[in-house]
Amino acid sequence: MIVTMNSFDLATEKPKPSHFQPRLDELNIKEAWSAWNGYKFAEYYYEVEYEYFCVRNLCGTYDICPMQKYFISGADAERMLNRMVTRDVTKMKNGRVSYVLWCTDEGRLIDDGTIFRLGDEEFMLTCGSPSTAWLKKSCVGFDNLTIRDRSDDYAGLALQGPTSCAVLKKMGLTGIENAKPFTIHHFDFGGKPLMVSRTGFTGDLGYELWIDAEHAVEMWDALYAAGQDYGIHPFGEQATNMLRLEAGFIMPGYEFNEALKTVHFEFDQTPFELNLGWMVDFKKPHFNGRSALVEEARRGPKYTLTKLDIEGNKPADGSFIYNSKRCTTDIGYVTSAMWSPVVKSNIALAMIETPYLNGELWAEINYEKELRQFHKVARCKIQDAPFWSPERARLTPPSDF
Amino acid sequence: MNHYDAVIIGAGHNGLTNAAYLAKAGLDVLVVEKNDYIGGAAVSRELHEGWVYSSCSYVCSMMRQSLHRDLDLSRHGLMLVPYLGTINFADNGDTLSSYHSEEAAYNELKRISRHDADAMFRLQADLTRYSQVIRKTLLRTPPDPASFKPRDIHELLFLAKEFWSLGEKELYEYIRFFTLSAADFLDEYFETDIVKTSMAGAGIIGTALGVYSPGSSYILLHHVMGDVDGSIGAWGLARGGMGAISEAIASALKSYGGEIRTNAGVERVLVKGGKATGVVLENGDIISADIVVSNLDARRTFTKIMEKDDLPPGIYEKAQNYKIRGSSGKVNIALSGLPKFTNVPDNPYVNRGGQAFSGSMETMERAYDCWKRGTWSDDPFIESVIPSAWDPTVAPPGMHWMSNFIQYCPPELADGPWTPEKRDQFGQTVIDKIERYSPGFKDLIVHMEVRTPWEIEQEVGLTEGNIFQGELTIDQLLFNRPFPGFAQYRMPIKNMYMCGSSTHPGGGVSSACGANAAREILMDLRRPNTVPQDDCYDE
Repeated sequence: MIVTMNSFDLATEKPKPSHFQPRLDELNIKEAWSAWNGYKFAEYYYEVEYEYFCVRNLCGTYDICPMQKYFISGADAERMLNRMVTRDVTKMKNGRVSYVLWCTDEGRLIDDGTIFRLGDEEFMLTCGSPSTAWLKKSCVGFDNLTIRDRSDDYAGLALQGPTSCAVLKKMGLTGIENAKPFTIHHFDFGGKPLMVSRTGFTGDLGYELWIDAEHAVEMWDALYAAGQDYGIHPFGEQATNMLRLEAGFIMPGYEFNEALKTVHFEFDQTPFELNLGWMVDFKKPHFNGRSALVEEARRGPKYTLTKLDIEGNKPADGSFIYNSKRCTTDIGYVTSAMWSPVVKSNIALAMIETPYLNGELWAEINYEKELRQFHKVARCKIQDAPFWSPERARLTPPSDF
Repeated sequence: MNHYDAVIIGAGHNGLTNAAYLAKAGLDVLVVEKNDYIGGAAVSRELHEGWVYSSCSYVCSMMRQSLHRDLDLSRHGLMLVPYLGTINFADNGDTLSSYHSEEAAYNELKRISRHDADAMFRLQADLTRYSQVIRKTLLRTPPDPASFKPRDIHELLFLAKEFWSLGEKELYEYIRFFTLSAADFLDEYFETDIVKTSMAGAGIIGTALGVYSPGSSYILLHHVMGDVDGSIGAWGLARGGMGAISEAIASALKSYGGEIRTNAGVERVLVKGGKATGVVLENGDIISADIVVSNLDARRTFTKIMEKDDLPPGIYEKAQNYKIRGSSGKVNIALSGLPKFTNVPDNPYVNRGGQAFSGSMETMERAYDCWKRGTWSDDPFIESVIPSAWDPTVAPPGMHWMSNFIQYCPPELADGPWTPEKRDQFGQTVIDKIERYSPGFKDLIVHMEVRTPWEIEQEVGLTEGNIFQGELTIDQLLFNRPFPGFAQYRMPIKNMYMCGSSTHPGGGVSSACGANAAREILMDLRRPNTVPQDDCYDE
């Protein structure tokens, strides 16, 4: 029997093109694609480290079209979000962005994301994973609101790095230099509304640009024309993972396992375990997971996500953490690790059993040299501040480079 | 206060590193610098408004990662950014781009020669193997082969073990390698001239040798053994220019309580009863110190700022004969746009990195012939890089600056000393050559700084403008650097040390000389060592 496959059968197998796809295709000369939420998504375009340095030294763009974008509006929108997330949404002013977490009743983290307050009764919620079902559950009891999933028709592009403000100025976004971190600004882009937020996932100076999908390529072209003399370059998922780790940001699939997708008991995480207790606001009225989190705050988290500076330069990917050099009792595990080229440190995030945080920490690191496997035991130092936190990320107005 | 635990002469990057480590160990240190700016040859200077030149050294790959990390230079503002791709230009108009990605590099080589594309893998493996052995010595004090001290024996055994670990065949090859010329070495791998020339430039940079001179193969290795974040052979730019390196080390030094005094050239090192006791500045100020560290080259240290009578017999002569021949010039050019080069794809990954105008093996050798005759090369080897293509801080947006390193340029001309007119003629030779490969290049020039060995000596203080503070030939390497018997940073005068590139491991912005010297000083003072001894890359 001859088996034939027509293109129709395969259509759903293929990742969907991003709203910027025509431009991404030209630039992804290594054809290094993966997928995110069904969209074609670049692992890298030319070389990971090169893209990483573009962001730390010049500026880069990161396609965030595959992010989920929910527009939540109505008289109950604020109350609904406030019950869903752990931070106090009522304190948010219009035109501000807030990083938020939401949890199960047991206080386990479902996902993290950002809330954009676009008006008194209008919000945009962005997150990495589709959340329609949980949002619907969260609406129980609130009738005066609508949720519009604009994930597929609203384009997002992050512009990150020291020259990013200069590029937006050159692009004609007058006054963008006065945008403070976590604020939203609206511009007229040839008659189309362009929203710009001073937000990002790199720990550096940076912005995110939001526009209706049909104008995405036009905006891209204007941005790249403006950025030509400022070293603009796309960066992919792998560079993003380096950048966010230096900034100390958590990533699903690394630091946390989304609670709704977790099989084993307590193999998901709580905000306190992720060292994000500061984002849990017990002063506000009831919110999802509150009582479980109150209890956890009282007895302390079982694990604590910890920033480590590890001796030597072999990244501690997948390492166990021990409380002595003899490596007899493991007390935690590394979630993300890398050699940081800008900090010149061997950095890692690790989940460590809280009671052991005050003692010695040792990582058993496996590495390979021309196919031969080696391992070493390296001392770890706890670091409190983010590994990378340049002043320009906070300055308003920022400098041109 | 005019008494210090240690005074360091010269605020180049090694002097600053030395001072930083001494200050970190709790010593009260002062660095004195003759110029009104610090950095020596690792310096950024705005000579034309809006453009910041790395006037002398221009790229970086030797900086020891463990020192960078240990002194927390990132926190003090230093960022080293790797740059991609150098294009090699041949006399016949052909080009060869050294792409960063392995596939692209292979395809490009294959375009020239299938044989050489394959042979490149073997060359890279051999150079990496040679590099790894040498790299392990960079942050260690060379052993004294004539000493029976346990430490020297231990270090000799360490060296022997590293060399023996190569295996018998490779050990023979390695020993032979040290004496080979770059051309002979490359002949063993490649068939085509352009592939050889693309590698041979590294064998002559900064050295009064030609590609056919024995010993130039080690110079080649010295230039490829550096790395950026462990990627051996990669080159980086310091964000803000090479001065950013010196500024970051100076900032670390100050954070440990150290001081720097500029406009403070040293007239004489004070010596009493065979011991160094301080320095007299050119303005007459006396600074007394328990320890004096010279970051000047060996010739300048012993023949310019010391009394011949204060030195033990023979040292003055050794310093006079120390091989430190000037052979290079530098032309820094501010450009109103990015130059376009003929026969080069308009690809941002290659045509913005570096350029090597090497011509051919014969052209390079003929350039050396000019130097021997006491003239600058009429068709010189030029190694260029356009830092502004990667660094937004060194030129206005859309404008550029191009660093051009020229081999060869003599310290003195056969028909007499350098004059401003001759210097400008030399500069003209350089831009004429670039214009051949980039028509319209001259129209882009906004400002130009031409530096012959004379300018480099006058401004930086490097004898004859030799960028390595003495040539990197085997007679002046490891335990022979600067002189046999004085390779452990201690000088023939008690309480006096050297910490510049005239000491092991030699030239390049590595900070290793300064750090190694600090370790020896702290040992003599019976203080705990604060200096890392190992780089961890190759474990």
